[in-house]
Amino acid sequence: MLLADEVSSHHPVLSDNPYQPHMARIVRIYKMVENNHLFTLRFLEDHLAHSFRHQPGQFIMLSIPGAGEMPISISSSPSRPEVLELCVRRVGRVTNALYRLRTNDVVGVRGPYGNGYPMQEIIGNDLLLAAGGLGMAPLRSLLWYALDHRDKFNNITLMYGAKRPEDMLFREELTALVDRTDINCLLTVDADPSATWKNHIGRLPSLFDHAKIDPMRTYAAVCGPPVVYKFILQRLLELSFPKNHILMSLERRMKCGIGKCGHCGIGYKYTCLQGPIFTYWDAINLPEMI
Amino acid sequence: MKILKLPKEKLDLFASVVQQFGELHAPVEQDGRYVFKRLTRWSDARLEYDRTILPPKKYFLPPREALFRYRPGEGFVPNTDGLDQRIILFGVHACDVYAINILDRVFAGKYKDPYYQARRKNIAIIGIDCLPDKQCFCRSMRADFVDHGFDLFFYDTGDYYQALVGTALGDDMVLATGNLFEPVDAAEIDDYKRRSWNKRRAFQVDVEIRDLPEIFEMEYQSEIWDELGEKCLSCGSCSMVCPTCYCYDVADDVELGSRAGKRTRLWDSCLFASHALVGSGENFRGSRSSRIKYRFYHKQRGFVAEYGRPSCVGCGRCVSACPVHIDVVQVIDRLRRVEDVASR
Ligand SMILES: Cc1cc2nc3c(=O)[nH]c(=O)nc-3n(C[C@H](O)[C@H](O)[C@H](O)COP(=O)(O)OP(=O)(O)OC[C@H]3O[C@@H](n4cnc5c(N)ncnc54)[C@H](O)[C@@H]3O)c2cc1C
Ligand code: SF4
Ligand code: SF4
Ligand code: FES
Repeated sequence: MLLADEVSSHHPVLSDNPYQPHMARIVRIYKMVENNHLFTLRFLEDHLAHSFRHQPGQFIMLSIPGAGEMPISISSSPSRPEVLELCVRRVGRVTNALYRLRTNDVVGVRGPYGNGYPMQEIIGNDLLLAAGGLGMAPLRSLLWYALDHRDKFNNITLMYGAKRPEDMLFREELTALVDRTDINCLLTVDADPSATWKNHIGRLPSLFDHAKIDPMRTYAAVCGPPVVYKFILQRLLELSFPKNHILMSLERRMKCGIGKCGHCGIGYKYTCLQGPIFTYWDAINLPEMI
Repeated sequence: MKILKLPKEKLDLFASVVQQFGELHAPVEQDGRYVFKRLTRWSDARLEYDRTILPPKKYFLPPREALFRYRPGEGFVPNTDGLDQRIILFGVHACDVYAINILDRVFAGKYKDPYYQARRKNIAIIGIDCLPDKQCFCRSMRADFVDHGFDLFFYDTGDYYQALVGTALGDDMVLATGNLFEPVDAAEIDDYKRRSWNKRRAFQVDVEIRDLPEIFEMEYQSEIWDELGEKCLSCGSCSMVCPTCYCYDVADDVELGSRAGKRTRLWDSCLFASHALVGSGENFRGSRSSRIKYRFYHKQRGFVAEYGRPSCVGCGRCVSACPVHIDVVQVIDRLRRVEDVASR
C-alpha cells in the first residue's frame, strides 16, 4: 500500500500533466528587427535540453510567468539541438511581458506541438520556401533542416520578401546564402530608402521570374500575412501545382495547444493538432480556413 | 451487466448507506428550477426533475479551476486542490451521462487532461431514467439511453427501481446495502420494456440527424446564418448550459505585491467576440453570424467527422437558456426543409 505522500506524488496531475510548463533560461536575446527579437532558450533541466526533439513547422506553448501562455513557432532546426530559437513579434500582453525579460530570466516551455511539415513526403523532392514578413519564423526551421540534410533534397529555392532591408528577419544569415550554389536564395524588399540593398527590389511574387520551378516534383511551403498567401497561391496555381504539394502554416488563437480548449478550431479541425501546417487542398475543403 | 431491483420504499435507506462512498449531490429545487447541489438532507433531492440549469459538467470541468500556482524558483506547480474529493452525483439523466461520455473522449486521446480525469475517477454517477418534456430531443440524438459511463443507473418501473450496475464501485454500493437489492424476474423485464416503449412514445420533438453533416455542408452559405447572427446577442448562455460545450479560456494573474501567481482556466464560449481573435488584430470569426454558424457546425457536423456522432445530446437546455429564443431543433428543421431555406 502507498503512503498518502506517495499517492499524491504519483498523481497524474503532478507526474503526467500535458499542461506542465518546463522552465527554460533565456540564454540570448538578439534584436534582429525592431520588435522582432530572437530569443534563444535552454531548458534548466539538462535531460530536457538533450531529449527535446521537434519537427520543422512545430510550435511550443511559451509561458511568461504572471502574464500568460502563447503559441510560438520553433525557428531553430531540429538539426541544431540543445537550444530553442524563437522569433517573437511584440504585439500584446504576453509578448510585451517577454520583451521585459533579460538574459538569464526564466520562462516556461511545453511541447513540441502540431503536425509540422510532412518531412517524409517532402524528402527526395524539390523544395520551395516562400515567406513574407514574420512568415520566415516557422520556415527558418525547415530551411536549416533542409540545408543541414542537403543530400536528402533536390533543388532548394527560398523566396523571402520584407518591406525594407531593416525589416528582414535573419537578414545576415540569409544574405550569406545568396552566394551559395546549393540553394537559390532570392531576397527582395519593397523599397530601399537607404540604397544599401544588394538584392532584389520589388514585390515577393516577382521573384518567380528568377526561379526555376518544376511543379510536379516540388513541395512549396508558404507562410506570411494574408496578402502573401493570396499572391503566392495565385502564382502556384497558375503553375499547376498539385494542391496537396502546397503547404501553409496557419495562425489561430490557441489556449492549450493540445486539442482541448476549442479556440483554434477551423471548420472541424483543430489547428493545434491537425495543423498548423495544412495543405491547400485541406484549405479549400474546410470552410473558413483562409 | 448485472441487473437488480430496489423496492422504491428502500431508496432512502440506499441513499444513506451510499454516503460512505462520498459526498452526496443531487438535483434540488431552486426558485422553481433545478440545480445539482450538495444535499444537506436526502428529502431535498428531487429525482423527478425535468432538467438542471447547469449540467453535471460543472463537477468535471469547473467554471473556474486553478491549474497551476507559479512561484519564482519553483516554477509552475500543479494545483491538486479538490481533485481527490469523492462525490456521488445522484439522479443524472441519460442524456447527461451520455454528454459526460462525450467529454471523456475530448479530455482523453494523445494528451490526457489529468484534472478532468482525476475528477471523473473520483465522482461516482448514479443515473436515473426520465420521461421527455416538450424540449427533449435526446432520442433523435441517440442519447435517450446509455450503456456505460455510470456506476449505477435506475429505471423507475412502478414499485421498483431496476438498477443496472455499471462498475465495480456500483457493485460495492449495492453490496454495502446488505440485501436491499433483489434479483429481477421475467415479468419485471417486461415492465422495463413497457416503460421503454412508453418513453419512446412520449417524445414530442423529433429531428432527423442521418445526413445532417451533408446538409450542413450544402447549406454553409445559407442566409439562415445571417438571420441568426442578427438575433444572437453573443451572450454565451447556450454554451454555459450545454453539457458538451467544453471550450475554455486560460488566464494568469499575479498575487498582489509578489511575483507569485496562478494560472486559471475558465469556461468560454465560441459565441464571444474574442474567441478567434489573434494578436495581429485579425479576427477569424468577427461577425456574429460566423460565430453562431460555427457553434452549430462544430456540434452537428464537425464532431461527426472527429468522433462519429454529433456532440449535441438533445437535452434542450440551450433552447430554454437563449434570451432570444434561438432553438436548435427549429434551426435544423429549417436547414432540412426544401422550400424554407433562405438561400434560394
Ligand atoms: C502555431 C502558431 C505559431 C506562432 N508562431 C509565432 C512566432 O513564431 N512568432 C510570433 O511572434 N508569433 C507567433 N504566433 C502568434 C503569437 O502566438 C501571438 O502573437 C501571441 O499569442 C500574442 O500574444 P499577446 O499576449 O502578446 O497578444 P494579445 O493580443 O494580448 O493576446 C492575448 C492572448 O490571446 C491569444 N492569442 C493572441 N493572438 C494569437 C495568435 N496570433 N495566435 C494564437 N493565439 C493568440 C494568446 O493566448 C494570447 O496569450 C504563432 C501563433 C500560432 C497559432
Ligand atoms: S446543443 Fe443544446 S440541446 Fe444540444 S446538448 Fe447542448 S444544450 Fe443540449
Ligand atoms: S444563448 Fe442565444 S443569444 Fe446567447 S449566445 Fe447563445 S444563441 Fe446567442
Ligand atoms: S489550442 Fe486549444 S484546441 Fe487547439
